[in-house]
This record gives sequence, C-alpha cells and structure tokens, in this order.
Amino acid sequence: MPDLIVYFAHPGQRFSHVNSELLKVARGVDGITLVDMYAEYPRFDINIEREQKRLLAHDIILFQFPLFWYSTPSIIKEWQDLVLEHGFAYGAGGTRLQGKRLMLAITAAGPEDAYTPDGYQHHHLRTFLRPLEQTARLCKMHFLPPYVLYGALKAPGAGRVAPHAEGYKRLLTGLRDGRFDEYQAEQHEVLTAETLPLWNEA
Amino acid sequence: MDFLSLAFLFLIAGVVAVPLASKFGLGSVLGYLIAGIAISPLLAAFNVDVISLQHFAEFGVVMMLFLVGLELEPKMLWQMKTRLLGLGGLQVGITTVVVMGVAMLFSLPWTISLAIGLIFALSSTAIVLQTLNEKGLMKSDGGQASFSVLLFQDIAVIPMLALIPLLADPDLMSQYADMAETAVVAEDAGWAAAHAAGDAGGHGVAEAHGDGDHHGPTGPGWIETIPGWQRALITIAAIAAVIVGGSYLTRPIFRFIALAKLRELFTATALMMVIGIALLMTLVGLSPALGTFLAGVVLANSEYRHELESDIDPFKGLLLGLFFMTVGAGIDFDLLFGNFGVILGLTLGLIALKSAILLGLSYIFNVGGADRWLFTLGLAQAGEFGFVLLSFTVANDVVPGPVSDQLLLIVALSMLLTPALFIAYDKLIAPRFAEAQAQEPDAIDDEAPIIIAGHGRWGGIVNRMLLGGGYKTVVLDHNSAQLDMLRTFGFKVFFGDATRPDLLHAAGIHDAKMIVVAIDDRDQATELVHHVAEAYPHVHIIARARDRNHVYELYAAGCRDIIRETFDSGVRAGRSAFEALGMHPFDAERLSRGFVDEDRRAIRELAQVYRSDIPIHENEAYVARALELRAETEAEMRGNGRAFADRIDRGWSPPTVRDVEAETEEARKASV
Repeated sequence: MPDLIVYFAHPGQRFSHVNSELLKVARGVDGITLVDMYAEYPRFDINIEREQKRLLAHDIILFQFPLFWYSTPSIIKEWQDLVLEHGFAYGAGGTRLQGKRLMLAITAAGPEDAYTPDGYQHHHLRTFLRPLEQTARLCKMHFLPPYVLYGALKAPGAGRVAPHAEGYKRLLTGLRDGRFDEYQAEQHEVLTAETLPLWNEA
Repeated sequence: MDFLSLAFLFLIAGVVAVPLASKFGLGSVLGYLIAGIAISPLLAAFNVDVISLQHFAEFGVVMMLFLVGLELEPKMLWQMKTRLLGLGGLQVGITTVVVMGVAMLFSLPWTISLAIGLIFALSSTAIVLQTLNEKGLMKSDGGQASFSVLLFQDIAVIPMLALIPLLADPDLMSQYADMAETAVVAEDAGWAAAHAAGDAGGHGVAEAHGDGDHHGPTGPGWIETIPGWQRALITIAAIAAVIVGGSYLTRPIFRFIALAKLRELFTATALMMVIGIALLMTLVGLSPALGTFLAGVVLANSEYRHELESDIDPFKGLLLGLFFMTVGAGIDFDLLFGNFGVILGLTLGLIALKSAILLGLSYIFNVGGADRWLFTLGLAQAGEFGFVLLSFTVANDVVPGPVSDQLLLIVALSMLLTPALFIAYDKLIAPRFAEAQAQEPDAIDDEAPIIIAGHGRWGGIVNRMLLGGGYKTVVLDHNSAQLDMLRTFGFKVFFGDATRPDLLHAAGIHDAKMIVVAIDDRDQATELVHHVAEAYPHVHIIARARDRNHVYELYAAGCRDIIRETFDSGVRAGRSAFEALGMHPFDAERLSRGFVDEDRRAIRELAQVYRSDIPIHENEAYVARALELRAETEAEMRGNGRAFADRIDRGWSPPTVRDVEAETEEARKASV
C-alpha cells in the first residue's frame, strides 16, 4: 500500500493551465494514490466510509488545488465536513489520523509580493492557510509547508510552468520514497521548486 | 301511499332539513329527526306503517357496523379487549342494576324493573357512530372508548334476548290491563285498550315491533327448537363460515367480478355479501350487525377494502337517514303531551343517570380531558336496540303494553336529545380542551394519508421511497394480478379504480396530504388531476406526464408538480454518454443540468402558445416557436451560441491576464 495519497480538486479542468500540467505529472508517478475529487464525486455525494479507509491506508495526505478566494475549491470543504468526523479525526476517541502528514500543493493567481503586509493581499500566504493548518493540528496531524506557485495565471507566458511541474514530480517521488527532509522544510514558510528539501536518491 | 310517493316524501324531507340543520351547526342526525317529525302528520294521514319502515331502515345499522369493521384491523380489535369487556361490561351491568333499583323505587315489580334496566342500559349505535364519524372524532380516545361500549352492547343483546322470556309473568300482565282503566295512564285507556285488543293498524307500536324484525335477533325460531349443544355448534359454524369465507372467498369472487369490467357488479357483490351475512346470522339467532361487523374486521386487511367501503357507504347513509326520520316520525305526540312532565322528567333523569355512571367509568379507565366528556355525554341516551327489546318484552309478557308505550317515548326522546348533548360538547367542553389536544399531532398524522394512484413501475418507485422514508401510503390499483404480486411482497395495497370519486373518498382524499397520480391512461390521469384540484384544493398533486403535451394538459387541469416519466432517465443516459465520450464527469454533470434548465425554459415558453383545443401540429404559433427553440438549442450545443455553454463555463474559468493586471492596479491604488 503506497504511503502517499494526492487529492486533486479543480472544478474547471478544461480551463486550467498549471494544475492540469501538475495532474499529468502526478499521473506519471507510480506507487501513489491519486484521486480526482470532482470526477469521483461530480454530485458531491462523498462516500465517507471509502474516504476514511483511504486516510487510514496512507501516511501522507496531499491536497492539490488552485487557491479560490483564499481557500479551497468547495468540494474539499465538503470532504472535510463529512470525512473528518468526530470520534474519527478529532474529539473523544478521534485519534485515527494521529501522526499522519498533511501537505498542500497550491497555485495562487497573485504574485509573491502581493502576499506581504505591504502587498495588496495584505497578509502572507500562510496566514490564509491557517484554517487548514489548524485542522491538521486538531486531527493530531503534522502540517508540512505548502508547495506553492505564485502568479500562476502569468506563469505559462513566463515559462515558469515546466520547472514547477518538474519540481512537483521530485516532491511526489521524494514523499513516496521517504526522502523528504521535514526538518529542512520547516525552515521555509512555503516551498517552491528551488527550495525543495530532498535527500538524494540512494 | 305508493312506494314512489313515499320515497319522494322522505327524500324531500331529508334534502331540505339536513342542509339546514348542518348550516345551524346541529349535525345531520338532528336534521333527519326533525325532518321525520315534520312529515309525521302526513304519514299518519296516509296511514303509513312507520314501524315496519323503521325495521327496514335498521339495516343501515348493519351496514354501518360492516363499515366500522372494515376500518378496524383484527390487531386493533385485540388491543381493545380490556375496554371492550371491562368498560362495556361495567357500563351495561351497572346501568342495568341502577335503573332496575330506581324502577323498583317507583314500586314496579322486579321482573319489569330488570327488563327496563336492560333496555335502558343500551345506547344508540346509529346516532353515536354517525355523529362521531361526521365530527371526525372516531379515532379520538373518547370515540374509541364509546365504540368499545357500543360493540359490547351489541354483543350483550344476544344473552338479553335469551334472558327476557324467563321474566315472563302473565298474571302481572292481566293485573296491569285492569289497572289501566283507572291508573296513571287513564287518559290513554281507550288507546291502550285498543292495542290490547290487538289492533295493529296505523301507529300501532308494540304489535308492529313483534314481527319482521331485521335488526336484532328475533324471538323463537327454528333454532330454538333444537338441543342447546347443536345450537352452539351451528352458531360456531356460522361465525367460522363468515371468517373463513371473508378471508379466502372474497379475493377469487372479486377477481371473477373484475372480469366483467362492470362498475355496478361490484356494488351488487358487496350488497350481496352484507345481506347474505345478515341473513345467515338471523338464521342462527345471532345479531346481524355483529356478523357483518365481524366480516368487516376480516376484510379490513383485504385489498378490496376501499372498494367495498365505497360501494356500501351510500346505502348505509340513505338507510340511516331513513332510520332517523322514522324515529322522529314514530314519536306519539298525543301520548307525549298527555304526560309531558312525567316523560320529560324520566328522560332527563335517565340521561343524568347514564351520564353519571359513564363519568365514573371514565375515571377508572383513564379516559381523560375532552374525551371524558365526549364519552359521558355521547352514550347517555337509550338506543334503537331499546325498540327491539321493548317489542320483544311485550311479546313475551314481561312488560305490559301501556308501560312499554311510555318507555318507547323515553327512548325516542332521549335519542332526540342526543344531538343537543353533542352540541353542548362542541360549544362548551371541546374549546376548553382545545389547547391540550393541539399537542398531539400524531393522531392527525394518521388520518392524513398519501394516496398513490397506480402502483406500476413508476408509482411503485414513489411508494417504495415514501415507505422507506417512514411515511404511510394508501395505494390504489385496479390490476388484480399486480395486487396479488405486491401483497406477496408485503405491500399494503388496495383494489380500486382511482378515477372514481367515491373510491378516492373512501381512501381518505378529504384529509389526505398528497396524491401521486401514476395511472397509465393519460386521459384518465388528467381527469383525476382535474377532479382532485377542483374538489380538494388542499391536496398536493404530483402527476406523471407521459410526454411534453401531457405536461400542458396536466398544468391546465390544475397540477403544479408535474414529472415527465422518461425525462430524468433520458438525461441520465445523456450524461453517461458524455462521460463515455471522455468528458470529465463534473463537466458532464454540469452540462446535463444546463440541458435540463434549457429544456424547462423551452417547455414554459411553448406552454404560452399551447392550446388544448387544437392538436399541436395544427397550432401554427406552437410549431413556429418550437422550431425556433430547437434551432437555438442546436446552435448552442454545437458551440455557435453562448447561452447554454456560458452557464456551464462561468464560475471556474480563470480571469485573463489583462483582468489580473487591472485588478492588481486597482488594489495598489486603494492601499496607497
């Protein structure tokens, strides 16, 4: 059973430039579980049993999605509301996810300098991700720094998609093979293709 | 008076008096009684034999008990056993003893006193059940308690008829005949003497009661001439015949009848069953009312229940109406006004006494709140069984004729006063408990069924969903083979043509929450929708449309919740096709939703130009608009138009680079 599960969520995949590239990359990585959430649940009727079993069968849970209104596409929220049950993920007896890793791979339309106190988004990106970070903490999971592409809409024209996609492939294989240096990762607010902390292949 | 004139006289009296009585809130029973009183001079003038008419009309009570039985499943009857035996037994026992004691205080001999006690212990099944049904109180606790007592009384009549001949005392009778010359009833002496002489004409009450009795068991018959153990065996065999016949013969008989596809044959069969059972019971010396009640209970679980109900109901109503009118017409006003004070006093005394006993029992058996008073006031009268028993006592030399005539008046007067007691309950007592009753919505829920007309492939799905959701449904279908199959799988379904208003009524449409119209024939479905929408505007109608034109027809008929039978499955097939062609499932979902919206828009637009009086292909405006709409949709599907695709693509298509720059610029300006 693979250790890594990638949950991919994009409601308008026909219009995606970056995330569809990343999806292609993920599809090419063997030995991981990949879930296209909108394809599996086009009518949002999420199968709680199946999802909880999936969570139990994996140690690293990675959500890949474009940032919509400083948050996730709505299906991930629906997934959280249904799957992370009291007594399973949190609360009395809710220790089934204890010690697992939660990571995000996100694309943001705004440029990096917008996500600063002086930029037009007024806050660092991590500030907007606090709800997810706290969700992980409440479920006794370890929240890893997110893998981020800023300025995603302009990225195709600037040739920044290919390096990011190549980095995504290294990230997924590294996570799969246990070569992801969590200690080094913690030194960064966000991770990019340049700052991925991976040990070399043995 | 010939039959037609007589029928016309009674019908016109009822048709005039009952609506008037209802308008003034008096209820139908009082209306009929008043109608009877109003026509009594005419009947007397034409020398009509009111009493034998009354015996004929008493068959309405038999039918009513059959209908009551149909509403009562054996399981429910078993649940009632404590009340039936305890409450009913105590009511009859205590009332008999107390009335007997009072009569003896009036220095009547004990034999006569006991007979009077037995007669007055009984209440009027006809008036009480009719009124409870009319007011919708049958399912209330008070209604159920009243019904238990009435049913026990009906059973108790049988041993009473066995007991009464034992009280006979011919010497006493001749004494009374002598006393009649000088005593209390002096002014009626001539009248009484005429009766004693055996003049059975005109208003002759006591004599006429002696013969042709349809309602209660009659006196000595062939059954009395054979040994007791044989009688017991025959009685048991008769009851067994009713139960076994009802359980196993009804279905094949009705299936056979259904072959003829003639509506009136069902009515004939239902009448044949009820009359046959009544005859059988009379033959073995049992109460026909009890026999048909038993048959009703046996058939309560049958799929033909509503069919039987709607067939018998009109006859029951007419006969009961006639019965009440004969009670009104039978009152001997000469005798009444001659002894007005005494008779009214005795009647009120009887009502007070019976009420007191009922009130006491209601405490013991936990009948509380408004139900207690319904029970107390409702059963305080003497009943139509009293007429039967009185004639029987006279015939058996237990009660002398003159006394019997006065008792007869007391019985009739107490029945006449009963509607007044119900009105008192309605106006004075029920409002005080109205709040407490409002807290028990369960009882109301039970009486508000969901009717499913047609349990085929489509209606069956709806029924299964509703049952799965914990709702109660009443399923009507007129395919006996289909019904048999469903019964095998444990569904509760009834035989009947849902397009018949009377059957809908029997199934409870008047207080239904909803009707699902799923019958196959499209014109019949439209007609049914039209009828329900007009007659029962409070009932929500969900109708199955065969196609687009049927949608318009159903809309015109008054349905606002129309489901096209194949549309949803067609859309799902289209969606599956999209997915199989490689479209992302979420896009396929959104595209099919868009298609549904688009189609709904088109159907609404076309409804504007649809006309029911001309076929659509001759409706020029319709054809033109339909062609336009199809062109629009096709253009959109091929990507030439935007409206259709736009709805799908908006939302998640990203902003262009220029949009982003403009937005960024604006944000920068704002933050400076």
